[in-house]
Amino acid sequence: MSFITRGFSGRSRDRDDRLPPGQTLVPDFPVLSAGPTPEVDTAEWEFTIRTESGVHRWNWDEFMALAIEDVDTDIHCVTHWSKLGTNWRGVSLDTLFEHVETEREFVMAHSYGGYTTNVPLDELLGGKAWVAFEFDGEPLEPEHGGPARLLVPHLYFWKSAKWVRGLLMMDEDEPGFWEQNGYHLHGDPWTEERYW
Amino acid sequence: MSEAVAQRPESNAPSAVPPSAALRAVPRSGWHVATVASTRRETPNASRLELDVDGWPGNAAGQHLDVRLTAPDGYTATRSYSIASSGTGTRVTLAVDKLPDGEVSPYLVDEVRGGDMLEVHGPLGAFFVWAPDAAAAGDSDGDDTGGPTAGTRPVQLIAGGSGVVPLFAMAAAHGAVADSTPFRLLYSVRSPDDVYFADELQRLAEASAPLRLDLVYTRRAPDGWPSSPARITREVLETAVIPAAERPRVFVCGSTGFVERVADWLVELGHDARSIRTERYGGT
Repeated sequence: MSFITRGFSGRSRDRDDRLPPGQTLVPDFPVLSAGPTPEVDTAEWEFTIRTESGVHRWNWDEFMALAIEDVDTDIHCVTHWSKLGTNWRGVSLDTLFEHVETEREFVMAHSYGGYTTNVPLDELLGGKAWVAFEFDGEPLEPEHGGPARLLVPHLYFWKSAKWVRGLLMMDEDEPGFWEQNGYHLHGDPWTEERYW
Repeated sequence: MSEAVAQRPESNAPSAVPPSAALRAVPRSGWHVATVASTRRETPNASRLELDVDGWPGNAAGQHLDVRLTAPDGYTATRSYSIASSGTGTRVTLAVDKLPDGEVSPYLVDEVRGGDMLEVHGPLGAFFVWAPDAAAAGDSDGDDTGGPTAGTRPVQLIAGGSGVVPLFAMAAAHGAVADSTPFRLLYSVRSPDDVYFADELQRLAEASAPLRLDLVYTRRAPDGWPSSPARITREVLETAVIPAAERPRVFVCGSTGFVERVADWLVELGHDARSIRTERYGGT
C-alpha cells in the first residue's frame, strides 16, 4: 500500500546493500532495554543449558577456557538502526552444545534481570550464534549486555539476549518477554519480521 | 504480557515461561494511512502533529508507532515515535523533536502540513504502558503480595527532554478518568521554552486527581526559579520522586545516558528494579 510522501526526498541514494529494508545506518550503538541495567559480577556469573536430561553449567573461568572466536558481523535492531562491521569475541553455540544431547528443537534464552527471548535451536547452531563477552576489543559494557550476551546477528538484535544466563530447551516454540510485548516470534530482518 | 515472565525474581535456574494465555490485551499492530489533521509548533525545536489514522484500533498510553516516508523514486525511511495520546479513537497525537542530522524528523517538524498522508505502523510496544484499569493492561508485577493492589500503587514518571511524550500520554490518561492513583512527573528540560505540553501539564496539575509536576531546568530556568539550571542528580531523585517505601511503579524515558543514570540511581535508592520500566530514544 506504499505511496509517495509529498515533499519527502530523503537523504541518500547510495544505500548499502548490507542494509535490510527499513533500516538506517548508525555510527553509535543505541540501546534497547526495558528496565534498569542489572549488575552481574563475573565471580557469580554462570551459564547453563537445561535439557530434558539435565543441566550443563559453566562458570566464568570454565567459559573463558572454551574455544574463543572472533566475529565480524552486521547487527540490526528492530527499532530501525543497523550497525555494519561490528567486532565481537565470544564462544560459539556450536562449542557450547558440543556435548549437549537433546531432542528439543526450541530454546528460551534467559537473562539476569529476568528477560527472556525465544529462538529455534537450528538458528543458533552452524556458526550462527555466540555468547559474546567483548565488543570492539573491550569487555562488553553492562548497558550493552555485559558481562556476556547472546549474539545472533542474523536475527533482529533483541534476540541477542543481553546479560544471558542460560538456555532452556523446549519442545515447542513459545514467546519470550519481547515477543509477548509485540515483537515477532522469529525476527528475520531481511523479511522485516518486526512485530506480530 | 505477564511481568511474571519478565520480572520474575532471580532463581538459580531458568524455568519454563507461563502459558502465552497471559498475553496482554493490547490492539494488534498493522499498517495504516494517516492523514495529517493539523500541525503546530510545540517548542522551538519540535512540532505537534494531529493524525487521523484510518482503521486505527486505539492504543494504550505509552505505546509508539513507526512512520514510513517514501520518496518519488521508492526510497523509504522509517522511524519510531512515541504517541502522546491514548484511547479508542482514531485521532493520534505525536510530538516530534527535530534531530540535527535527522532524515525523518526534519520532514515531520518543518515540512508536513494539514492534508498530507503518512504511512504508520502500530500501535507498538506492550510493556512501557499504563492503563487506569490495571487488569486490562495485564499490569501486575507478580510482586504485589502484601502491598497495595496493582491499581493503587503510585506512579512516578521521569522524563528527559522529548522523552516526556509517552509519559504525557500516561498522565493525560490518568487525568481523563480522574483515576485516584497518585501520579507524579519529574521532567528534566533545557528551558521553559522547551517544555512539551506545557498548558496541558499545567491543567493536569490542577485537576481533581492531580498530577504532581516537578520541573528541572538544565540550561535556563524561569526568572525567580529557586534553583540554578542543572542536570538531574541523585539528590534530586531523593526529593522529587515518590519514595521507594511507597512502592511506586516508575516509568523513565529519555536519552540512553539519562535513562541509564536515572535507573541506576533509582535502584541505589531502594526502588525494586522490577518496578522500573524504561524507554529510550535513539540517535537518528
